[in-house]
Amino acid sequence: MRQLCKGNVAVVKGAILAGCRGYYGYPITPASEIAEAAALYFPQVGGTFIQAESEVAAINMVYGAAAAGVRAMSGSSGPGLSLMQEGMSYLAGAELPCVIVDVMRGGPGLGNIAPEQSDYFAMVKGGGHGNYRNIVLAPASVQEMADFTMLAFDLADKYRNPAVVLTDGFVGQMMEPLDLEDREIQPPEKPWAVKGTPETRANFISSIYLETDELEEHQRRMEAKYMRAQEAEPRCEICHAADAEVLLVGYGIVSRVLLSTVEALRKEGVKAGLFRPITLWPYPSKALVEAAAKVQKVLVVELSNGQMLEDVRLALNGKVPVEFYGRVGGNVPSVQELQEQVLTRMAVAV
Amino acid sequence: MANESVIGVTDPETKSEVKSEVSSEVKSEVSPQASNDVYEPIHSKSPVFYDLYERKAELQHQTHYCPGCGHGVAHKLIAEALQELGLQDKTIFVSPVGCSVFAYYYFDVGNVQVAHGRAPASATAIKRSCPGRIVISYQGDGDLAAIGTAEIVHAANRGEKITVFFVNNAIYGMTGGQMAPTTMVGQKSTTSPWGRRPSNEGFPLHMAELLATLEAPAYIERVALSDNKNIMKARRAIRKALEIQRDGAGFSFVEILSPCPTIWGKDPVEARRWVLDKMIPTFPLNVFRDRRPEIPAGNEPPQRPVADVLGITPKAEARDVSKPKHAHHFKDVKIKIAGFGGQGVLLLGQLLIEMGMREGLEVSWLPSYGPEMRSGSAHCHVCLSKERIGSPLISHPDVLVAMNEYSLRKFAHEVASGGVILYNGASLPADFSAPDVQVVSIPASEIADKLGSTKATNIVMMGALLEETECLAPGTALSVLEDKVKKLNLLEIDRKALTAGRLFIDEQAHIGAVSQPDGFA
Ligand SMILES: Cc1ncc(C[n+]2csc(CCOP(=O)(O)OP(=O)(O)O)c2C)c(N)n1
Ligand code: SF4
Ligand SMILES: [Mg+2]
Repeated sequence: MRQLCKGNVAVVKGAILAGCRGYYGYPITPASEIAEAAALYFPQVGGTFIQAESEVAAINMVYGAAAAGVRAMSGSSGPGLSLMQEGMSYLAGAELPCVIVDVMRGGPGLGNIAPEQSDYFAMVKGGGHGNYRNIVLAPASVQEMADFTMLAFDLADKYRNPAVVLTDGFVGQMMEPLDLEDREIQPPEKPWAVKGTPETRANFISSIYLETDELEEHQRRMEAKYMRAQEAEPRCEICHAADAEVLLVGYGIVSRVLLSTVEALRKEGVKAGLFRPITLWPYPSKALVEAAAKVQKVLVVELSNGQMLEDVRLALNGKVPVEFYGRVGGNVPSVQELQEQVLTRMAVAV
Repeated sequence: MANESVIGVTDPETKSEVKSEVSSEVKSEVSPQASNDVYEPIHSKSPVFYDLYERKAELQHQTHYCPGCGHGVAHKLIAEALQELGLQDKTIFVSPVGCSVFAYYYFDVGNVQVAHGRAPASATAIKRSCPGRIVISYQGDGDLAAIGTAEIVHAANRGEKITVFFVNNAIYGMTGGQMAPTTMVGQKSTTSPWGRRPSNEGFPLHMAELLATLEAPAYIERVALSDNKNIMKARRAIRKALEIQRDGAGFSFVEILSPCPTIWGKDPVEARRWVLDKMIPTFPLNVFRDRRPEIPAGNEPPQRPVADVLGITPKAEARDVSKPKHAHHFKDVKIKIAGFGGQGVLLLGQLLIEMGMREGLEVSWLPSYGPEMRSGSAHCHVCLSKERIGSPLISHPDVLVAMNEYSLRKFAHEVASGGVILYNGASLPADFSAPDVQVVSIPASEIADKLGSTKATNIVMMGALLEETECLAPGTALSVLEDKVKKLNLLEIDRKALTAGRLFIDEQAHIGAVSQPDGFA
């Protein structure tokens, strides 16, 4: 049965259903409800919740729990994610699975707490040091906050790599119906984990590869798994694209506004379509190329100064004109505003 | 030569170990066989060490530590204690960043290597994940007392049931001799070339004393690897710290003053003497804490099935919330509710979406959050729709519920033409006008006040909203209120408030003060 739930709380409910039993975090608006819900729920289901002394400590706690084979997570927003970057690099280097939620807010610096999508580069391109990737999922609804958190745990374990749920203040703060199945997922066996048992005594978690050739080999293996993920994991949602003349591209909360925009435009006779990446890494480039094959123009809309835009341009590689409209500072464009953007741009195009 | 002299000052027990563990290039010139001929090892290498250090690229029969390095001795003491206590199979060793970064080459236990300074954080989560196990955080002074100060203080303060071995050699060994937080006044390092000046670098940090100010730790001792007597004391302290963990008694911490001959530019004997003569006076050896702390458990969280905790009602048992047969004369309705914090603005929105959900609609609720609320005003966006909701953000609401004049003036212009404004006020401000929009004033605060609580103002407004727009059924409102309002007296007031709000609109319509809207037809 459906229950009303905040996006941030849905993350925690999804995590618990996914068998996550370790939450390590530090409060920050607009992500604090994740920690609050975890503090309330985790101890009741035999899990661990610790309010860490900082996001630096939190991510290293996640590292520890992941090393012990537990599904573990943390959640934060921009400034906290900046502090976690070293730890995320270690997790990737040590091939430890975990889920990190970034409920994006306005930056740089302390910025503000209103929604932005300006951590795209940091999360999608890997804000820490070294050659690594995060798997990144972008929910746009409360239901998806739960569903994608669960999916993130599966992908993290499948690839033994951190997975990021990248969302924004609006999706985190809003309430919508949430439908959860009473079905707990049993996390996969992790024979590599260090558990302080005779069977795991020989196990060893580290990101150190002292010899140059060793480290190169390690990185080649990581690359290979990233290539497998690129083949198998891209996900997206496409609406009204079949006959579209203009394709609107956006993720997260923006995709919701874009859906309304597409519907409004169609009422006015403008054939608009929506392409919404669900995985930001691996980016659904192939699907985008197909969806954009027949359109006259692609318009990327973001709450940033043009970050995902680069991935759209890389995917389309000059085949279709790609334009950009971004709002920042916590402003979210309205349907009318986007309608106008499309109309003026299409008027020029036609 | 230097190495031989180390062996010269050790007792037979330590001697054999110094030879095998704290070996060096110099040592390696002597083959194991040859040394066996010369020395009769009284203790063989602890089985807690690997036979051969296979994780090492080369020279797998010896450690990477310099001759006379305290890390080798500390390793030996820890390995022996683990062996004596029979903990090898239960132990997880957390290696730091520093000269002991490769501790996992040696200890035949579960090994986790972690980021610089963060071992206590990682060890915390490892221990919480594997509660009955032995988790050791082994750290240098740069690692623990500089970059990781926060992590050690908080792990100790939480009373994590881990053991921390803190190797204080007053220097950054691994990176080649930079100043450590424990570098002593006047001591030269590559980053305190004139000797540590308190005026510039402050004083050495006394971590054992600092942690002893906390309530939670069970055991804190400082020992020194300066001479045989002190090494024996160190052995006892290390064993005791592990026993405390084994017994689940609390956080145990042993600071080990430790020679670093290489960086100090001393031979191993001089280095040990320097520990004795220079370090101990600065860092007095002492048992700073030895008690089994009484940690109050507090309110134990109940253990419940996941479905209960997450509020998942099994479909079979789902209470028959028979969807009220309300006719929704709209594709969607967008409602903005605004007012002061404390007027129940956000709650009113939540009640509406709960009702919408029960009536089988798609719903969304988007609040203002953060500083905006702190400044005293709050608003939320409510969408009710028969179809999937696109933007939950409303730029042009069909209905504005303005709980105060400020919100009326701030948001009236946003209302879609043909829309409705419901204003909590006896009458509209004289200078206010909103063309193309129907505005209804409802003295909701006064009505609620008369009913017994101004807190019910939002419910009066809800009644008005339902009557004015017919977007949701009053019956649903009642059942939602019955489920959500736990206090019976408040529920009674809310019931009356709902009715009063509806009646007010009814009467207005009756006397022709306002025309019926057709915005939702
Ligand atoms: C974030 C980060 N900063 C700096 C370093 C470089 N680094 C490695 S070890 C070390 C100092 C270690 O000193 P200490 O903890 O005293 O260990 P020792 O080698 O003396 O045993 C530093 C600064 C690092 N690895 N990571
Ligand atoms: S540099 Fe110092 S701490 Fe490091 S191995 Fe050598 S003696 Fe030991
Ligand atoms: Mg040191």
